[in-house]
Amino acid sequence: MIFKNKTDWMLWGKRLVIFIPLAWLLLFVLFPFLNIFKISFSEPYPGMPPYASILTLLDDQVIQLRLTLENYTLIFTDAIYHYSLINSILVAGSATIICLFLGYPMAYYIARQEERRQTHFLLLVILPFWTSFLLRVYAWVGILSPKGLLNNFLINWGIISKPILFLNSNFGTLIGMVYCYLPFMILPLFSALAKFDVQLLEAAADLGARPVKTFLRVTLPLTKAGILSGCVMVFIPAMGEFVIPELLGGNKTLMLGKLIWIEFFSNRDWPVASAIAVIMLLAFIVPIIALQKRALR
Amino acid sequence: MQKHKFSYSVLIFGYAFLYIPLITLIFYSFNASRQVTIWGGFSTKWYKALWQNETLLSAAWVSLKVATLSATLAVIIGVLASLVIVKFNKFKSKTFFNTLVAAPMLIPEVIIGLALLLLFVNLEKLFGWPKGGIQTITIAHATISIAYVTAIVTTRLSNVDPLFLEAAQDLGAHPIKAFFVITLPLIYPSIISGWLLSFVLSFDDVVVASFVSGPESSTLPMVIFSSIRFGLTPQVNALATLMISFVVIIIIGASILNDRQKKILTNLDETDETPTI
Repeated sequence: MIFKNKTDWMLWGKRLVIFIPLAWLLLFVLFPFLNIFKISFSEPYPGMPPYASILTLLDDQVIQLRLTLENYTLIFTDAIYHYSLINSILVAGSATIICLFLGYPMAYYIARQEERRQTHFLLLVILPFWTSFLLRVYAWVGILSPKGLLNNFLINWGIISKPILFLNSNFGTLIGMVYCYLPFMILPLFSALAKFDVQLLEAAADLGARPVKTFLRVTLPLTKAGILSGCVMVFIPAMGEFVIPELLGGNKTLMLGKLIWIEFFSNRDWPVASAIAVIMLLAFIVPIIALQKRALR
Repeated sequence: MQKHKFSYSVLIFGYAFLYIPLITLIFYSFNASRQVTIWGGFSTKWYKALWQNETLLSAAWVSLKVATLSATLAVIIGVLASLVIVKFNKFKSKTFFNTLVAAPMLIPEVIIGLALLLLFVNLEKLFGWPKGGIQTITIAHATISIAYVTAIVTTRLSNVDPLFLEAAQDLGAHPIKAFFVITLPLIYPSIISGWLLSFVLSFDDVVVASFVSGPESSTLPMVIFSSIRFGLTPQVNALATLMISFVVIIIIGASILNDRQKKILTNLDETDETPTI
């Protein structure tokens, strides 16, 4: 490359700055998703990789294109997929609601503090999020197990006589999710509440509104965007969660993320795993993010 | 704070909820009994057992390598991506670019792991590269971390006053020199927090690594995960305590660094005259 002058040089520099990240994103973000889309239409095939290529060269002239909808028909007709879809929505939805009810007052209190105290309170919220996710879930195994701390505590206080099965249930999964995703709810709520002008509350009170009414008519509508972001940031990862339902939910709790894992690792059915991933992406993640973007505008 | 009594009690409850599990984890790492939930006296034997656990140590080494490499890669590409987002106003497919950068932050790990593994399998069949192992885990982790680094660095970069850069270029500095002398020193705390976040994300990930790692290499979370599946062991508690202390030290360090940077930026904003160097 011969650079005639300085602007030429800069142009190529700029192109390089764009090219490196763009090439990475195309190769490792866009292409993999087009690829699973493709594989979700291919037939399972014994071998490695365990699916048939959708394009085969029959002779020099003819390329055969084999697409099958079987993976999708299976998902839409088999009860186990319906069950795990409903269960995912139920568990992730309840986790989102509990996070909202727990996170909103926390964010509200933190947002009403002076700036230094805000930073410290927020640091306390974020700190557990930085410690190992896996080990935080593991901590709950010790608390919820039949001989665990919670059961010991309840038995010692005479509240129950026999251990309750907290672990290996939707309940265990739910607690784990609320625990792991609570910071994701608090942070967007906090930034919405911190921007909120306190004088509006005074104005409402001066005009005779009761605190509850002020909250419902002023605070809540003005922090709608934060509520929505928080819910999206809890709901989406919770839907696709694998570790929590695996360790705290046991065999009984089937969720979409876990189902992809089982299809891939245990059943070695890569096309079906891809089809579930495609459905999740198209039916939940894309619409929810689009909805959120529109609401934030 | 009479006014916020309700929200205050929820806050206290929330903090108790967030921290009690971590405290029990640490507490029982000093338990002499093999039973994780029954107290049998104080002991540090599980920490000693950690040092003799070869599988764990070699997995920790793999994780350390992968986390360092992927965080470094993510920072380099993430900073370039932020430059594109903030500085290149004429770049036409910006929305498309923004979506691609942020996507790994929002897509569940299981799907990312599956999609990347299928890509790696196809690439290996076609080109013989990359082989499953440290390479593939590093690429996968870097891809996820780029999203976070870009988000952090973009925020900081858009707060840097473009006048500084213009001044440097008016004085004859080459754009590349201006980047290294002016922009980089102003954004380096965000780069460091981006690197640390990437490191922690990589060091913590079990799902994506399980998909893309070949049969030979296991990361630390993968080893922990399989040992938890077989039942509770106080060794994991000891390991958890070490990892929690490590993270706490890093976070507090990073937040001190961030505070200092905030002060520098506000000082720069407050001075009306050109800063004397």
